[in-house]
Amino acid sequence: MQIKIIIFGQLCDLLGENLVLDNIADTDSLTAALHRKYPELVNTKYMIAVNKKLVVGNIILSNNNTVALMPAFSGG
Amino acid sequence: MDNPISYERYQRQMILQDFGAAGQQKLLKGKVLLIGAGGLGCPALQYLAAAGVGTIGIIDDDVVALSNLHRQVLYSVNDIGLPKAERAAEKLRQLNPEIKIITYVQRLTNQNALSILEAYDLIIDGTDNFATRYMINDACILLNKPLIYGAISQYEGQVAIFNYRKSDNDEAVNYRDLFPDPPKEDEVLNCAEAGVLGVLPGIIGAMQANETIKLLTGIGKPLINRMLTFNALNNQAYEIELFSRPETRSLIPGNMDIFEATNYEWLCSSMTEQYEIDCKYFDILLASNTIDVMDIREVDEMPGIDEFPILRVPLKELSENVSLIQSDTVVIICQSGVRSLQAAKQLSAIFGESKKIFSLKGGIMEWKQQHTKQLL
Repeated sequence: MQIKIIIFGQLCDLLGENLVLDNIADTDSLTAALHRKYPELVNTKYMIAVNKKLVVGNIILSNNNTVALMPAFSGG
Repeated sequence: MDNPISYERYQRQMILQDFGAAGQQKLLKGKVLLIGAGGLGCPALQYLAAAGVGTIGIIDDDVVALSNLHRQVLYSVNDIGLPKAERAAEKLRQLNPEIKIITYVQRLTNQNALSILEAYDLIIDGTDNFATRYMINDACILLNKPLIYGAISQYEGQVAIFNYRKSDNDEAVNYRDLFPDPPKEDEVLNCAEAGVLGVLPGIIGAMQANETIKLLTGIGKPLINRMLTFNALNNQAYEIELFSRPETRSLIPGNMDIFEATNYEWLCSSMTEQYEIDCKYFDILLASNTIDVMDIREVDEMPGIDEFPILRVPLKELSENVSLIQSDTVVIICQSGVRSLQAAKQLSAIFGESKKIFSLKGGIMEWKQQHTKQLL
């Protein structure tokens, strides 16, 4: 299964630009896999959007989904 | 009764299809509050005043500094040291004397927020910290005011409209639906730490003004329950649809009394007191000659430090260079004290009780500033 992951803001510093994860069934397991791979991420607040829609629960991922990981910005 | 409109001033927008005299009249009746007259606030204010929004409130307790001028385009060198709200108001009155501008030279707090926001139709968030952003979000929900959100980080910016309902049955998304738990202030780097391209808040602030004009006049498709992220480096815009979370409601103060009793600073603060020292205490430690000072900024970051010996290890190389620290007490330094706090926490996880680890509050900028004052 192919999932495209787009990373925004300072999450790029943590995760790099090209993140590849395999065998991810849903957004909860995506979060768990990310936190295993990048422990620093546990204390970082970010939202997840799948196919340009904010995820507010757990969403089953399917082939060719685009997942966006978007951190909070505070600057003004 | 409709107010008289200066046709000559506004004609270029009044001749627009869908806008017309009716649109201009709606702007003139509009009351908008801009919180923060900084990077986002300056362009937003400029365009809203130029467009003829009838009443504009500006709240900001800060004064203009030289480091503001690369992005806060309403100010000039002569304004340095003067209150931003008043300087901005003065510039806007020169631009458009036909509108009413109200200034509040004070910090927005949970004690004054409700009474100040109450008088306006729309609130624009141009602040630079999470504590105030969450407070504004909650106040807008309690008062049922639409919130035009904008925020920036380095080369990227976000814009959205929160808490707006076309009808009573509509679901309105708010900032807590995106990030239910406030990030800690040291979790996300601010503009002083991470840097910002001056034109970026120009673009995002102008977009906030655009959304405000669309909401007031009823034209176009405003970003209601949608968030747009713009990347200034590659010009990519990414828009997502937002949804409310059932659990968010319980996080918002249930009434105005609870709002006024909520400590928003604490909500966004981490346990920082045990690590932070001020410049005075730092100088005492320096004089003792028994400490290591570590500068964790990138090697090319200015200003340089030649006043005392330092170990220079960029933050990302910190973990492999901890053996450089020989003394029992180490003070970490960065530009403004945010990254050094992160580093202090990181080091204390490594050294535990075996070393005393401090972060210089306000960073080298604050230290240099205090020492320049002493020399004058």
